[in-house]
Amino acid sequence: MTDVAAPTTRKDWATDQEPRWCPGCGDYGILAAVQFLMPELRVKPENTVFISGIGCSSRFPYYMNTYGMHSIHGRAPAIATGLAVARPDLDIWIVTGDGDGLSIGGNHLIHILRRNVNVTILLFNNQIYGLTKGQYSPTSEIGKITKSTPYGSIDRPFNPLSVALGAGATFVARTHDLDRKHMMATFRAAHDHQGASFVEIYQNCNVFNDGAFEDVTGREHRDERLIDLVHGEPIRFGAEREHGVVMGADGLLRIVDVADVGVEALVVHDAHRDDPGLAFALANLSTSVHEPTPFGVFRAVRRAEFSGEASRQLARAAEQKGPGDLGRLLRSLGTWTVS
Amino acid sequence: MQGGMTVTDTVRRGVPAEPLPRVVLRFAGDSGDGMQLTGDRFTSVSALFGNDLSTLPDYPAEIRAPAGTVHGVSSFQVAISDHDITTPGDAPNMLIAMNPAALKADLPRLERGGTLIVNKDTFEPRDLEKAGYATNPLTDDSLTGYKVVEVPMTSLTKEACVPLGVKPRDADRSKNFFALGLISWLFSRPVEPTLEWIDERFAKADLVRQSNRAAFMAGWNYGETTELFDHPFQIPPARLPAGEYTNISGNTALAWGVVAAGQLAGLPVFLGSYPITPASDILHELAKHKNFGVRTFQAEDEIAAAGAALGAAFGGHLGVTTTSGPGLALKSETISLAVSLELPLLVIDIQRGGPSTGLPTKTEAADLNLSLYGRHAEAPLPVVAAYSPSHCFDAAIEAARIAITYRTPVVLLSDGYLANGSEPWRVPDLAALRPIPVDFATEPNHEAPDGTPEFWPYLRDPVTLARPWAVPGTPGLQHRIGGIEKEDGSGNISYSPENHDKMVHLRAAKIAGVDVPPAVVSGPDEAELLVVGWGSTWGAIDSAVERLGREGRTIAWVHLTHLNPLPANLGEILHRYPTVVVPELNLGQLCRLLRSEYLVDARPITKVRGLPFSADELITAFREVLA
Repeated sequence: MTDVAAPTTRKDWATDQEPRWCPGCGDYGILAAVQFLMPELRVKPENTVFISGIGCSSRFPYYMNTYGMHSIHGRAPAIATGLAVARPDLDIWIVTGDGDGLSIGGNHLIHILRRNVNVTILLFNNQIYGLTKGQYSPTSEIGKITKSTPYGSIDRPFNPLSVALGAGATFVARTHDLDRKHMMATFRAAHDHQGASFVEIYQNCNVFNDGAFEDVTGREHRDERLIDLVHGEPIRFGAEREHGVVMGADGLLRIVDVADVGVEALVVHDAHRDDPGLAFALANLSTSVHEPTPFGVFRAVRRAEFSGEASRQLARAAEQKGPGDLGRLLRSLGTWTVS
Repeated sequence: MQGGMTVTDTVRRGVPAEPLPRVVLRFAGDSGDGMQLTGDRFTSVSALFGNDLSTLPDYPAEIRAPAGTVHGVSSFQVAISDHDITTPGDAPNMLIAMNPAALKADLPRLERGGTLIVNKDTFEPRDLEKAGYATNPLTDDSLTGYKVVEVPMTSLTKEACVPLGVKPRDADRSKNFFALGLISWLFSRPVEPTLEWIDERFAKADLVRQSNRAAFMAGWNYGETTELFDHPFQIPPARLPAGEYTNISGNTALAWGVVAAGQLAGLPVFLGSYPITPASDILHELAKHKNFGVRTFQAEDEIAAAGAALGAAFGGHLGVTTTSGPGLALKSETISLAVSLELPLLVIDIQRGGPSTGLPTKTEAADLNLSLYGRHAEAPLPVVAAYSPSHCFDAAIEAARIAITYRTPVVLLSDGYLANGSEPWRVPDLAALRPIPVDFATEPNHEAPDGTPEFWPYLRDPVTLARPWAVPGTPGLQHRIGGIEKEDGSGNISYSPENHDKMVHLRAAKIAGVDVPPAVVSGPDEAELLVVGWGSTWGAIDSAVERLGREGRTIAWVHLTHLNPLPANLGEILHRYPTVVVPELNLGQLCRLLRSEYLVDARPITKVRGLPFSADELITAFREVLA
């Protein structure tokens, strides 16, 4: 989609605006990963657009020296869809959060995914409302005590990956804010995917929900709980890669010790499978952020892309009917002459 | 003619037609009876014949309300004339009632002494009961005073169609064509255009095509052979200004206006829309014209429809979103964003009765307040209103011109009456349409303190106060815009009190300064009454003012197409006349605005019945004011 550009550096992609996130916020790490990645993608800043909604994460466009729009709460996918259909030549990124993307903007998110519009969606999941100072979010765990739920929240959280897969997303991945290399690899794969790519980023809100993902993403826990999915490889993890994932006769995934079952028994990750079943099962392997949790690309399949299809319809119409002739259009219902 | 009834030449052929200057017909039947189609066909043939005309479709919101009940009645009123007319008429001269429910619903509208053509076959006890008649109106003398013509349309249609191999039940569906044939004979309409239309429309269903043709001709021949009518009538072609004409509905004219605006601006059109009555036809029409570079996007909801249009506008397209009242309410936040981003956005509201679902298929013009004020904070925007079906074309171009020139959302108001009503329209001379200049920014417009060229997205044009429109893909002009308050000039985030104050005033000044043509008064400079109208009341006001003028009353009239900003000379006009009235299909929204803006004692004339004003109603109201 994007043509090969002259080499750029991280500096070319940064603005003079000072980020206004809280010191220690996970968003800084994500911004750095994106800014480091852009020169590697060999795309042009002027052909790149970042669109966001409302929330801490949605300040992101102000810090990218590209075209950008900080829009309204939840609506970034709608705005991005219009831009993508109008301008399929552009490289469009959406930055959203768990409240913006899954609560107020949930409708737009599922529709941009089902339509498979060519955008890269980065959903910063910190399981809390940060900008409004600490209410529970649609990804907060049940029983979450916050300002708006002093007796504990009673709603069941969304699993963002399940939502995306359920909406028919063609690219679904997860990464986290503490691993720049993993983020860059994941964002690159998402960017290169033709269609809507959905990336959930575990992002730490050190003010209102500090350490939410520590049990999985913290350096001392990663070996035990972070499962790195690699397409075509058996799914295994652990310091010695001693754990693995098998599928039982009941179709359920289970975590086992490789020594007990043998490598051959492990599920081989297949992100390109047409059927989303495995991706869905992997997305639901852990029921909390305190258990072994898969990261990486869950699903990446090819489907017709929306803005390209829309452009093709236009081209076909022009081919069949010729370019629009306004004079002819105004006479198309039949005319009569008064002399 | 094929099969069925054989009609040979009779002595009646060649009975001369009586010329009539004008007739108002109303077709009424069950919503499944095809009355809209029948009325529409009659209108098209009359238009091709050269009559001036005006139509008023009137149908229930339910696709198929319970058959045979008054709730399910669907009507189509058309006035055809040999002179320039602007309304579909007040009281019909003739009512064609396909069943007792239609008679019950629409008889009160028929003029005293008017002609009533009824489908006699449907006046059976069960039909009468469904319509709520205790006794048969055809036999209980309740129709005394009307000229009643009973025609067994159902059985005659069956006789014509069944020999073709059509099942009796299916033949029943062709009875509207029987009615159309009969009325076509009665008003001396040529048969060929309708037969050709039937051939084309039903090309893929041959039996239906044959059945409809047979029913149509049976109706025509029935008129000619029977002695129900002494003679046919003829409405000679209207003496319209010379030119090429087409018959157009408001929604089609509006859609074509959007296409034209895109061409005049040299911009691709992007329509984001969500289906809603009575606006959906604009989406349908624009979806056909992809070869004009028109992109249509049926969004997941009203909000996304507006958002997508705004996204396309950011990308350099003419962004358009179409809706009706409830949808406009949903789009409000996005429109406010467009006010803040200062991007062009054409928001089209085809008003209907409300609030909420209200009367989705009936007309009202009560979204003026919503359009003017229905946003959070200080978020002014221009409002333009179309006044006739064909004017929807010009109004769309004008609204787009303002949106593009001033980088602002513009609300364009139409209503259900204009949307579905139609009238002859002289096809405009395209060369005479003013191009809409678009000047995308291509170069930096500012220098940093160190001399580096940079782009400031909020550095305004000193005349229009519009900000530059720099579209993605333009090298060196990368910039970020958003809903957060921006610093004047640089566009960087700013929470400074002075800057916010300045920006609120700048946005207001930009809209207040939109170039709006002066209001034009028709009628005398000295008059006893000034009528101020807007929107679809135009036709009825025109008729009323003209008729009172013939009686020697002096009435001046100004019809507003720009409702924000108002024409600069409006205040002077309002104060020139002793009495000012404002007819509106709401409870006085423009009237209150004029009173507050100009301290003038304007008085409202209101109607909220889901129907347009009739000229008679306005004449009565004007007389009361003048008394």
